Amino acid sequence: MKIIVVGNGMVGYKFCEKIRKKENAQHCEITVYGEEHRPAYDRVHLSEYFAGKTADDLLMAPKEWYAANRINLITGELVTNIDPSKKTISTHRGTIDTYDKLILATGSSPFMPPLHGIDKMGVFAYRTIEDLQQMEDYGRTAKKAVVIGGGLLGLEAAKALLDMKLETHVVEFADRLMPRQLDVKGALILKDKLTALGLHIHTSKSTKEVLGEGKINGLSFADGSVLDCDMLVVSAGIRPRDELAKNSGISIGSRGGIEVNNKLQTNYPDIFAIGEVALHQEMIYGLVAPGYDMAEVVATVLSGDNQASFTGFDMSTKLKLIGVDVASFGDALDVEEECVPIVYENKAKGVYKRINITRDGKYLKGGILVGEADAYNMLLQITQNGLSLPEDPADLILGARGANQSASGQGVEALPDTAQICSCEGITKGGICEAIEANELTDLAGVKKVTKACTGCGGCTPMVADLLKSVLESQGKQIKKTLCEHFAYSRQELYDLIRVNDIKSYDELLGRYGEGDGCETCKPAVASLLASIWNEVILKQSTIQDTNDRFLANIQKGGSYSVVPRIPAGEITPDKLLVIAQVAKKYQLYTKITGGQRIDLFGAQLHELPAIWEELVAAGFESGHAYGKSLRTIKSCVGSTWCRFGVQDSVGFAIEIENRYKGLRSPHKLKGAVSGCIRECAEAQSKDFGIIATEKGWNLYVCGNGGARPQHALLLVGDVDKESCIRYLDRFLMFYIKTAEPLTRTATWLNKMEGGLTYLYDVVVNDVLGIGNQLEAEMETLIANYECEWKHAVENESFRKRFSHFANSEEGDPNMKFQEVRGQKMPVEWGSVV
Amino acid sequence: MMETIDYSSFVPVNGQDVDFWLNVGNVSDFPDNGGLCFKHDVLQIAVFNFSSRKEWYACQNLCPHKMQMILARGMIGSQGGEPKIACPFHKKTFSLKTGECLNGDECAIVTFPVREENGEVYVGLAKMTGDVLQGSAIF
Ligand SMILES: Cc1cc2nc3c(=O)[nH]c(=O)nc-3n(C[C@H](O)[C@H](O)[C@H](O)COP(=O)(O)OP(=O)(O)OC[C@H]3O[C@@H](n4cnc5c(N)ncnc54)[C@H](O)[C@@H]3O)c2cc1C
Ligand code: FES
Repeated sequence: MKIIVVGNGMVGYKFCEKIRKKENAQHCEITVYGEEHRPAYDRVHLSEYFAGKTADDLLMAPKEWYAANRINLITGELVTNIDPSKKTISTHRGTIDTYDKLILATGSSPFMPPLHGIDKMGVFAYRTIEDLQQMEDYGRTAKKAVVIGGGLLGLEAAKALLDMKLETHVVEFADRLMPRQLDVKGALILKDKLTALGLHIHTSKSTKEVLGEGKINGLSFADGSVLDCDMLVVSAGIRPRDELAKNSGISIGSRGGIEVNNKLQTNYPDIFAIGEVALHQEMIYGLVAPGYDMAEVVATVLSGDNQASFTGFDMSTKLKLIGVDVASFGDALDVEEECVPIVYENKAKGVYKRINITRDGKYLKGGILVGEADAYNMLLQITQNGLSLPEDPADLILGARGANQSASGQGVEALPDTAQICSCEGITKGGICEAIEANELTDLAGVKKVTKACTGCGGCTPMVADLLKSVLESQGKQIKKTLCEHFAYSRQELYDLIRVNDIKSYDELLGRYGEGDGCETCKPAVASLLASIWNEVILKQSTIQDTNDRFLANIQKGGSYSVVPRIPAGEITPDKLLVIAQVAKKYQLYTKITGGQRIDLFGAQLHELPAIWEELVAAGFESGHAYGKSLRTIKSCVGSTWCRFGVQDSVGFAIEIENRYKGLRSPHKLKGAVSGCIRECAEAQSKDFGIIATEKGWNLYVCGNGGARPQHALLLVGDVDKESCIRYLDRFLMFYIKTAEPLTRTATWLNKMEGGLTYLYDVVVNDVLGIGNQLEAEMETLIANYECEWKHAVENESFRKRFSHFANSEEGDPNMKFQEVRGQKMPVEWGSVV
Repeated sequence: MMETIDYSSFVPVNGQDVDFWLNVGNVSDFPDNGGLCFKHDVLQIAVFNFSSRKEWYACQNLCPHKMQMILARGMIGSQGGEPKIACPFHKKTFSLKTGECLNGDECAIVTFPVREENGEVYVGLAKMTGDVLQGSAIF
């Protein structure tokens, strides 16, 4: 049997995946025609493109997958005609192909309202990767953007524009946002929340015309008003892509969509339609889960099981990515006749919850959650499975009660085995529990892998995690906060074990306190502990180090490494600058000045590292430890030596501190800064520890953080002299090293600390635990044991030998490729290396 | 255009089908519980000295996740007894026995049999073509 699939979108892809899993359909030949140039990608998570996901990351499966599954994928080819009598299709390239069964999965296109001027430059739809790429390019020069449409997608697009730092307006024709999912009150709360996020929302507004000469510069509305803007994203609904079917005599609904029966057959029984293009009982489903369900039904039918049928699908949705939780489920609206709504509203907090209960008080029919949607999964389950309600149904939405007990007071245990947990993949509670038991799964990753749950929209992840926990608990397995399967201890417990028992190696620790052979979680964690406790040169136990620590350099895209010499406090002589320049030229390295006031050299091959460092070490440079979870840099401003505002010598102090703590291994990287006056040019308050000069001495700030979630450092002590400042720093850092979990920055460590800053002050300054002297002494030992790792490595032949790509050849990796960008070399993109 | 290395043409179906054993050096060349990368023709093979288990493993050096020639520089370990290798880039892990990806949907990697004799280490390779190619072996 030969199957042709038209359209390689999410649903077309899922059909391929499903049919290849059917035993009875192994013999069939499958050809897929897709109009887009790349294989199917995850449209649902399209917006993550703006958050840095590449087109490749979004692929449902790489091209190789199709080949491996004997699917002939032809991309960039539009099917233009079907001849149902001859059972052939033809494409825009003139290819003619024959089929036994034809699957139409052509999806839909954004509906562009027929406004005057809608074809101007700067007007975008929001559906394909290309749309987003173009928006991103255009958005760079734009300042003010408008989204037409305040529904699910429109708001997602608006959030993306806001994140691009544009002034963003949303124009909705209806009287409220998300009119298909929310009632008036819920929509109002949502509007308030989005306004607080910085969006400008205009409801009850109908757009008349797109203004501008060639390029958009504004919108005019039916009420006569005008809104200036230089970019427009239209998200006014979808149109099924039924043009191909229509031209070929396949029945189309009066408002579009290919008509199908419960087997997803069109009026030609050998032609099926699935996904967003299918019109089933007057319904177009604009969500993936029903599309996946349709794909499963057709795959089942084609493998010979005629019982399968599609009987409609729930349209419950949870909005993602916009920074406000919004969900609607079941019958959310217009149920006054059979239901009584229970409403909870807290304007101050921006929370609105409504559940619709049947008049007899027995069942939940649907509801709306705005501002707090943790209970969504459980409420959806109660609705879909017709579970009985607690005595007072209001309990369902009045505050969460404990972790595993969801808002309903009923945990996942209460669900029947038939409850559908992952609707994208159609997996029930029973299925998940069985898989956990049969495969003896112990972690979420395993459950995902075996069952495929959580791999679609991901909305069911919390519930699956709860299920896993409850199954494990019922098996009497405790879930303890342990490092990994090899050590039943937390990091802090291991710290103590290593110290108390004077353990010097990973193998020794594993032998005495662990089991199995270790893994990529516990090895580097223990390596970091050993280094924090003994500060011995890490090359000695190289294979328990992350590759960065193992080769004393940061691995970069393509497998090359960067070289980062230490430049304490950013102070460097012209002679040393010359050395860096010479080395960079000699080994053709890319150079960049970093945020930490030093110079990174990129693009070194593994076998070149020792020679490069030999030259640097000879010129007096030391390792910058950019590769380690350790002290990075102490940033400084010029301070009183040159600056007319400076009140203390900030550079001098910063150098002293950087040299004091260089090489210090810690649970995560450490950054510091010293500013010479209150103007704070070194940005000390964004560091793990920051020191700011005052007229009387120094202020010491701790636990700040830049990065994705910035947090200001807090004042620990003020106006102290240098010696006290260093003493408190010693204690603070040592206390952090000893008590923080792996990969926890100081800010997070403090956030989780009971008692917070007050407690930290008590320990570090008041010494309530009486460990002050001990902490200082431990720090002194570490400092005394410091040795530059690179110096050690280049002077030692057996260490040097490790730095080579091949053990049996001197050459570098022949697959490593670079390109030239802005006059320097850069790695080529992921995946294009081999 | 992407050039591809077809590891599959080197894959033995099982130990018996090995056409020749490639000597990759002496046991003492290898780090404890770590790997080295060897070149054979266009093939890059990662060979691991799993000393804590007194076992040897070999697999392709290419990580299928982002197509990086890197696995030899990864960290070995075990998951429920199954020996595994973790890619240093994004920590995708693969069974050293079956090649299967243990924490994601990446396609499986190719593994090779390894033998140790009188302190010398050998990796078994076979030249073959045709229909033994399993899906997972194609890149
Ligand atoms: C930004 C965004 C966010 C979304 N968020 C969610 C969400 O959170 N939850 C949810 O459930 N859904 C969401 N959706 C909707 C979801 O993406 C769609 O329901 C799903 O993609 C439908 O799959 P499909 O295969 O039917 O259509 P598509 O994915 O559109 O695929 C159809 C493919 O067929 C091709 N094609 C069309 N005609 C032809 C032809 N004649 N010849 C060859 N190829 C053709 C098209 O180019 C297209 O590649 C979102 C959509 C977008 C755009
Ligand atoms: S390249 Fe190996 S895990 Fe990403």
